[in-house]
Amino acid sequence: MSRKYDAIVIGAGHNGLTNAAYLAKAGLKVLMVEKNEWIGGATVSLPMYKDWKYSNCSYVCSLLRPEVYRSLNLAKYGLQVVPYGGSVTISQTGDIIGNYVDPDVTRREVARHSPRDADAEVRYGRDIMRQCRFIRKFLLRTAPDPTSFKPRDLFEMLHLYKETMKLGEDVIYDTMRFYTMSISDFLDEYFESPLLKAAHAGSGIIGSALGVMSPGTAYVLLHHAMGDVDGNAGAWGFARGGMGAIAGAMHDCFTDHGGETVAGSPVHRIVVKNGRVTGVALENGDEYLADVVVSNMTFPRTFLECMDEKDLDAAFLKKVRNFKIRGSSGKLNIALDGLPDFPALRGNPELMHADMHLIDSIERLERAYDDWKNGIWSQDPYIDMLIPSLTDPTMTPPGKHFMSVFVQYVPPKVNGQDWTDEQVQAFGQTVINQIDEYAPGFKDLILHAEIRTPRELEDEVGLTEGNIFQGELTMDQLLFNRPIPGYHQYRGPVRGLWMCGSSTHPGGGVMSAPGANAAREILADLRKPNTVPEGWLDD
Amino acid sequence: MAFNRPDSNRRDHFTDAVFPSPFHARQNAHNQMRVWSRWSDYLSVPAYWCAEMEYFAGRNTCGVFDLTPMVKHRISGPDALPYMQRLMTRDVSKIKPGRVGYSVWCDDNGQVIDDGTIFHLEEGVYRICSQEHQIDWFLTNRLGFDVTVTEETHDVASLALQGPTSCAVLKDMGLGGIEQLTPFGMAWFDFEGTRLMVSRNGYTGDLGYELWIDPEHAEALWDRLFDAGEVRGIRAMGSDALDMLRIEAGFILAGQDFLPAMEAVRAGHTRSPFELGLAWLVHFDKGVFNGRAALLEEKEKGSRYRLVKLDIDGNKPARDSFVFTKDEKYAGTVTSAMWSPSAKASIALASLEMPHGEPGEELLVEIYYRRELKWNRVMAPARVVKDVFWDPPRRRQTPPADF
Ligand SMILES: Cc1cc2nc3c(=O)[nH]c(=O)nc-3n(C[C@H](O)[C@H](O)[C@H](O)COP(=O)(O)OP(=O)(O)OC[C@H]3O[C@@H](n4cnc5c(N)ncnc54)[C@H](O)[C@@H]3O)c2cc1C
Repeated sequence: MSRKYDAIVIGAGHNGLTNAAYLAKAGLKVLMVEKNEWIGGATVSLPMYKDWKYSNCSYVCSLLRPEVYRSLNLAKYGLQVVPYGGSVTISQTGDIIGNYVDPDVTRREVARHSPRDADAEVRYGRDIMRQCRFIRKFLLRTAPDPTSFKPRDLFEMLHLYKETMKLGEDVIYDTMRFYTMSISDFLDEYFESPLLKAAHAGSGIIGSALGVMSPGTAYVLLHHAMGDVDGNAGAWGFARGGMGAIAGAMHDCFTDHGGETVAGSPVHRIVVKNGRVTGVALENGDEYLADVVVSNMTFPRTFLECMDEKDLDAAFLKKVRNFKIRGSSGKLNIALDGLPDFPALRGNPELMHADMHLIDSIERLERAYDDWKNGIWSQDPYIDMLIPSLTDPTMTPPGKHFMSVFVQYVPPKVNGQDWTDEQVQAFGQTVINQIDEYAPGFKDLILHAEIRTPRELEDEVGLTEGNIFQGELTMDQLLFNRPIPGYHQYRGPVRGLWMCGSSTHPGGGVMSAPGANAAREILADLRKPNTVPEGWLDD
Repeated sequence: MAFNRPDSNRRDHFTDAVFPSPFHARQNAHNQMRVWSRWSDYLSVPAYWCAEMEYFAGRNTCGVFDLTPMVKHRISGPDALPYMQRLMTRDVSKIKPGRVGYSVWCDDNGQVIDDGTIFHLEEGVYRICSQEHQIDWFLTNRLGFDVTVTEETHDVASLALQGPTSCAVLKDMGLGGIEQLTPFGMAWFDFEGTRLMVSRNGYTGDLGYELWIDPEHAEALWDRLFDAGEVRGIRAMGSDALDMLRIEAGFILAGQDFLPAMEAVRAGHTRSPFELGLAWLVHFDKGVFNGRAALLEEKEKGSRYRLVKLDIDGNKPARDSFVFTKDEKYAGTVTSAMWSPSAKASIALASLEMPHGEPGEELLVEIYYRRELKWNRVMAPARVVKDVFWDPPRRRQTPPADF
């Protein structure tokens, strides 16, 4: 067996897979090495209980770049994304606010809470859409280097400037504010209904170690709104068969183009000789050679765990250590014997298919965050849950269900100490109790539950501190600041070393943009024909 | 509520401009949008709630579409087969009793009058389902044959059940052995004191069935289907969704992708089977049939048009677009187009002038689209592709999986 490759990609997360597929498509001989026995990273479906399928980490899809979907032919490799339509927020008093597929129904639903807010939704939707249109242009595009005088960087800066100018004066001011505001302040500019604000605010904190009142959370909301399903902006869908189907299709594409995969042993060292990368050494002792090594791992994991610190500059290492990648989320994956009964949703079966949130108000969200700051999981957590099996018949036996329960906030350590197994169970119980309050009898339906805190996310997926986005999505770590200034064009500090994970621009979520952008840069450096789409089609 | 049924013998036929289908009460209960369209004599539903959701039922779970308005004729008698052989371009003897086959029929000039589905109900008895009314042509074709031709459009209620969980739903409904039915097969079941016919075919390119029953049992059939289908994601599906499904599957529609020859005023506006990509439905070796001579000649001399599938760059549906060559010379027009949620591509069927349309040919499609009241135009690069945009293996599997 030949051990020399044109490129080695470390980590079979969806970005590693995207990257590897494009490199293979360009004719490179590519090896993918993955620490787990399975592929997908946080885009995964593992068999856990009988013939149930789970989406163990990520659970819904919207950000995946349509250009990537198409150019990698993922439909041909069996990927199907099915929209589920709508969302609903349920308060402790049993009141609800539903977001339906039909806009007029939604308007009347909001008007029930506030006639003004029903109108304000139009203005709100417009302003979010303006920001989406702006940001989408930069997703499948390498961020410019504002300090460089290279023609390409000057051109990209000019592009950024031009696109900004196109927004018009008012929107430019709004944009500046938007990127630095808290989601709470932002929503106050539009709405008065506490429940409606809470309903919108949830997307401002998902995966973030910030509270609804912390500056920067307005952008986090945008990060969740900028995607689409079949052109329906902001819509989300299920990958049929679970999120692992996305990784599966990408891997089939990669393999079809001659890619090879070695799974089951972690990379122990990225080998550097004379200031350039020569390959990787696995924990099991196997070594593979390549002049190009691409890391899909988090920024800290790549440099602090898989490299010899002596090969790196001290100032660089310090920045890696200071990279903000605080875990804040947990997840329960639950097999259910039947459909739970939410009294608040009786007579409203369409909303059971939707994204369900348990929350009442901005204040309650902020208190959930206070617990995280205090080093414990939220005692009254924010819950974002779905029952994919109502939409996707492949997930469970008929009449049985799978429930995906995403939870904010869950700290990487409990009171500064590593999580114990008992604490993990106690966290799970907190969440189950919470749901049971909204759906009496829920507990009795549980057949199996997988409980994941940042500890599990780090141990299994390699997400440092359990941060789901491979690094906080705040302005200081976005665009040319991601992961850190000067290293935002996917090139590492050592020649031949590249980064392609969500730690790089444009960040986390099942989006494929980091992996695709990195592939474009690598191919350009190797002077290979580009196989990677660039920019944004829809305008 | 008692409804009138369309009946050509009724003198007051004009008092009801349009009729409820035998499934009307159930459709009405599902029709949250309260919008009705019409399909020939009947009320039809464009979208019960959301066309896209209904489309996805057809690709992810299963959708139920009311097919009753389809025009249906019954052909029987000692000469039924030779009659069919004259009428149809394909060799109907290959469609054995209990089997279904797709076909087209042509005028003497080899131009397609309509396309449809032939059900060989029992030895020497056929049902032909089509979009257009055909009684005149079918009776004309009786000359010289001992056959009976009757229209039975209003005597049979039918539903299409299409999508990956459709077989499982029928199993759960108690149709024992349905999973053994092969594509284009038919089976009969006792159903609440009547006979239910189930055929494995459809207009979606996916796993799917059509169910045929007398109108009195229509509602009972609907109810049993929905009871069985509840845990398998069954949904009522409107015609908007069906149109999306059929374009992805590459199925043509009369009046959309070709003009029925009986209606064409202008020369050159009709199409032959070859020009619709249906050469596989023309069997010269079976003897005489309407249009044979003309089609033989066309085969020798070449066709004027070619119906092709286009894969178009970008995401704007190319509805009603012109198609050009790379150097912007006219090549043809799009007949059907959409953004395909399953292929994740902008797709189209287009009728091109020969010699254009070889698979792989690169073309340009002129697309007009509107954003916030402003019209824009793109010349989108497009490629002629050979394969249909959606063709899952489950369509052919027997027994099919449960999803
Ligand atoms: C609980 C949870 C819920 C989420 N929900 C959603 C959602 O619903 N929608 C959404 O869009 N996004 C969601 N996200 C975010 C999204 O899943 C991630 O941002 C994204 O999947 C990250 O992809 P990636 O390819 O960049 O990295 P990862 O998926 O982190 O992949 C990194 C890969 O590297 C491997 N690896 C690590 N160390 C080594 C080593 N030493 N040697 C070899 N391999 C190694 C890992 O095993 C892994 O396969 C969620 C994330 C989590 C954790």
